[in-house]
Formats: sequence, structure tokens, C-alpha cells
Amino acid sequence: MAQNNNNGEIRYLNPPTVEVRKKKYCRFKKAGIKYVDYKDAEFLKKFLNEQGKILPRRITGTSLKFQRKVAQAIKRARSIALLPYVTDLLK
Amino acid sequence: MLKQYETVFIATPVLSDVQMKDAVAKYTDLIKANGGEVVYEEDWGLKQLAYSIQHKTSGFYYLIEFKAEPEFVATLETQYRRDERILRYLTVALDKNAAAYAEKRRNNKLNPKAAPVEEEAPKAEEETVTEE
Repeated sequence: MAQNNNNGEIRYLNPPTVEVRKKKYCRFKKAGIKYVDYKDAEFLKKFLNEQGKILPRRITGTSLKFQRKVAQAIKRARSIALLPYVTDLLK
Repeated sequence: MLKQYETVFIATPVLSDVQMKDAVAKYTDLIKANGGEVVYEEDWGLKQLAYSIQHKTSGFYYLIEFKAEPEFVATLETQYRRDERILRYLTVALDKNAAAYAEKRRNNKLNPKAAPVEEEAPKAEEETVTEE
């Protein structure tokens, strides 16, 4: 037990896995899209979870500016029955 | 000054083709009669609704882009509300970016082969929308 600590070094049984996480980015900024269309329900579904709730920015990586626009577009799409307010197993 | 708007309405699925044309004509005429102009019309046809409205699961969608005085929108929406054929409506003012988008979309619809590839091409590669 003491042997490992002798030279003040921490040793692992398995080499520690370093997770390389892909940097998130805002798809609107990247693609240069300026307007989020409420009529394109298929596109807006990318920002919904299975219950039809709007996904947070920390998951989608959307910038604040466009998250507001996405939210607005989704709410419009819901009001004209292009998207459901609540559901199970969307997609 | 005329402002640009876009309106979508859902009509009941029980209408016949003629009745639907009639309903559309009513609104386009209304726009024209009030000093507006119809920029573009699009018939989305019979679509399934995401949830039932007045016990109906489908409806005829119709999109009209128009220019009109801001006061006119209230009149239009009053007409929608009085009309039993209309299940739902949505009127949206188009700002600068929205107008540009609408114009592009319109041109794509009118001559689809001229610009088949849209700016939304990077859609496919994206897999970021996943649960953590």
C-alpha cells in the first residue's frame, strides 16, 4: 500500500480516459441563417425532445439570439397545429 | 405605409374544392378591397393536424403573403373569427430578414429547378440535438 505513495506519484489501474468532447456551435451562425421559419415543422423538430418540449441551449448549442427565434417559431408552429403542444414519441 | 404580412389559415376539411376557392377568394378580395396587395398565395392542401381542433384531425392549409396597412390586420382577423369555415389562423408581420426569406422561398417554389440546393444544406451533418 505504501509502496505506491513512496515517490509521491498517483498510479491508476487503468489509464484515465480523457474524453474529447466536440465543441458545440450555433448552427444558425455557422450556416448564416437569419430567419427561423415557423412553417418548416421538420426543421423545428430538431429542437424538440420526444414529448415535444423545446430543448435547452446547453444541449443544442444554439446561441441565445437564435434560441429566442427558435422558441418563437416553435410556438407559432404549435398554434397552427404544425407541431403538437404535448405528445409522446415525436419523431 | 404598407407593411408586409403573411397569414396562414386552416379551413375545415369538409369543404369542397369550390367552397375552398370561395373562402380563399373572400380573403384575397378583402385584402385588395382594403388597399392592400396580395404578393403570393400558396395552397398546402389537406394536412393532418398535430392535435385535433374542434374534433377535426385534418384541415386545408392556405398561406397568403400580402402588403397592407397595419390597421387592416385587425379587420382581417375579425373576419377570420366570424367565419365558421376557419379552424385556426395566424398572421405574422414580416421584418427585413423574414421578408428576404419569404422572397427566396417564393422563388424556389415558383421555379424549383433554378435553385434546388438551399442554404440549409448543413442540416444533414448535424447530430448535436441529442439528449445528454
